[in-house]
Amino acid sequence: MGYLIALAGNQNCGKTTLFNALTGSNQHVGNFPGVTVEKKEGKILKQKDMSLVDLPGIYSLSPYTSEEVVTRDFILKEHPDAIINIVDATNIERNLYLSLQLMELNIPMVIALNMMDEVRASGNSIDVAKLSAHLSIPVIPISASKKEGISDLTAAVVKTVKSKTPPVKLDFCTGELHRTIHSIAHIIEDHAQAAGYPPRFAATKMVEGDEPMKNALKLTDEELHIIDHLVHDMENALGTDREAALADMRYNYIEKICSDCVFKHQETREQVRSEKIDRILTHKYLGIPIFLLIMLLVFWLTFTVLGAPLQELMDRGINALSDVVSGFMEQAGVSTWLHSLVIDGIFAGVGSVLSFLPIIVLLFFFLSLLEDSGYMARVAFVMDKLLRKIGLSGRSFVPMLIGFGCSVPAIMATRTLSSDRDRKMTIVLTPFMSCSAKLPIYGMITMAFFPHHAGLVMISLYVLGMVVAVLSGLLLKSTVFRGNPVPFVMELPAYRLPAPTSVLLHMWEKAKDFIRKAFTVIFIGTIVIWFLQSFDWSLNNVANSDASILASIGRFIAPIFIPLGFNDWRASTALLSGITAKESVKSTFAVLTGATSDAALSSVLNTIFSPLSAISFLTFTILYMPCIAAFAATRRELGSMRAALATVLYQTGVAYLVGMLVYQIGRLVVGG
Amino acid sequence: MTLDQLPPGQSGVLDIVGGEGALRRRLLDMGLTPGTRVTVRKVAPMGDPIELFLRGYVLTIRKDDAANITLKKGPER
Repeated sequence: MGYLIALAGNQNCGKTTLFNALTGSNQHVGNFPGVTVEKKEGKILKQKDMSLVDLPGIYSLSPYTSEEVVTRDFILKEHPDAIINIVDATNIERNLYLSLQLMELNIPMVIALNMMDEVRASGNSIDVAKLSAHLSIPVIPISASKKEGISDLTAAVVKTVKSKTPPVKLDFCTGELHRTIHSIAHIIEDHAQAAGYPPRFAATKMVEGDEPMKNALKLTDEELHIIDHLVHDMENALGTDREAALADMRYNYIEKICSDCVFKHQETREQVRSEKIDRILTHKYLGIPIFLLIMLLVFWLTFTVLGAPLQELMDRGINALSDVVSGFMEQAGVSTWLHSLVIDGIFAGVGSVLSFLPIIVLLFFFLSLLEDSGYMARVAFVMDKLLRKIGLSGRSFVPMLIGFGCSVPAIMATRTLSSDRDRKMTIVLTPFMSCSAKLPIYGMITMAFFPHHAGLVMISLYVLGMVVAVLSGLLLKSTVFRGNPVPFVMELPAYRLPAPTSVLLHMWEKAKDFIRKAFTVIFIGTIVIWFLQSFDWSLNNVANSDASILASIGRFIAPIFIPLGFNDWRASTALLSGITAKESVKSTFAVLTGATSDAALSSVLNTIFSPLSAISFLTFTILYMPCIAAFAATRRELGSMRAALATVLYQTGVAYLVGMLVYQIGRLVVGG
Repeated sequence: MTLDQLPPGQSGVLDIVGGEGALRRRLLDMGLTPGTRVTVRKVAPMGDPIELFLRGYVLTIRKDDAANITLKKGPER
């Protein structure tokens, strides 16, 4: 039988780096059941029977964010054999706050005191032996980024796991609070044991007024009454409330320990350096322009300098492979429909999505550089005031910005948001940021109708998308996502050079994730669309797609767009095919109209749309549901098919409404 | 005087941490407990939120929330 070990600690304390150092590349990523919180698991190097679970970075065990609930539930319900608590030695007071709470859980525990190299380099020191004696658990000094102390840590963990000794019960409380916790522990002991909680932890939570604990213990009314009374008396005696009393008590105890073991003469070099960097990066006037410049640089590198050639290379590779397979199948004499399924369906569909892979990997490379270096927290700091107006926090800004490039990585990037509510709302709003795949559509329409005002039309379209996102945010804030926004109380970590292994592993994970999606959801999606495009209702293979099922569905739904000013089966079919990928809106138009050149396409478009209905068509195109790849990402991040369907229905509804408004108001103005 | 009124570069000692619910809980968890010395480092470019230095690390909170935190009066400790 193996051992299960949990890795817990604050955010920004090097937890992922330590996890990678302990497990090597031997790890896999999943989700904690029922929530979209990432769960990483791996085997500790050279210890085959020890699996390590990376718990979300948290500051406390209060059940307010989904990360905190996950960590708490995992430790209480999965009963790990030991906890490794990683503590940032340069920020020891606040890090030990979580340690004290973890120790109450009555599970064998080791503290990994990280970033000791930085402490030493700046001339400060920590008496590790004394700290360990104070806390009654092993404390191992390490540097995760330099891989120092990792084998000592592993040895200590093995010893602690096998000894099965939980932390000696700590009495870090005094006086009135001490008495109250012990009285409550006495009352609830049987209930706590029945519910599987350590009594001491349960008692502390009852003093804090923790609702989940209150419900889990199933106390009688009489017991609840007594507890309320005890807490009330304590509050009166201390002259403070229950929550402040406990936080105060923990920090007082930590201050006492630290004054005995931590010798800090000055801030670390990293902290001093960070303050200097921030003088520029969060400068009153320079902060925002610098941020925009950095994002522009990231976009330029991702989509133009590095991404475009790589994407073309990928495209060429896929095409070459497709040609080889095609030739092989022709030689083998397979039926035309099978040939068409593989080449026109699977290769064309999955291939066009796969060609996004280089861009996605590159974008995540830059994003993890920004995240791991500590800059992302500054972006949230600089942009918070703006985003707050639509009920989000500064952290949502980056995913939305990536949305201008591609909705798929943008939706995947919402993982970095700590609040579930903010994450969902950002996922709904991000596709309103006009993605780069829609550019060919804008080009096609502006060339046909507004050749002299192309720039103006394009800018207006982008602005329209943003305006709709803002209005949607205001609407959603007061309807679906009414709940409490998670408070914006955020640490600004010291700037650090990202660890190359972490960045590479992160890129690899995203690439794997995307490839898996390309071969599941998108694979099926493209087969369905291919089928609809290649067959008619009596399941005969059609030579020309205007006789296909897709075209007849297009004809059927075409009248829906009458209020938007266009009623043409080619337009509605193109919009339908845009669900596979937005680029295919243009190619579908080309196929269905039989136009062989851009000029020919322009003249046909002039028979389908009036200038006004061309604008409402564009409006609908920017706002309606994103492509199937983005839909798959939405489904995955929201963790529910229903929620994902509701999201795209909402987006399409908004698109229809705004398109109609544009056309109808336009008609009144122009008098058409 | 409340924490949001403290000009950048100045420090004070916390007296009462007000507010309610999850937000207050979080402020306390992050170490904003009565008696803690806090320095206001700067204000974000758009005037909100503010950047604080306490317990050896940097924290940012919104002005509205800082307005619920009062500082001890009198001469600096």
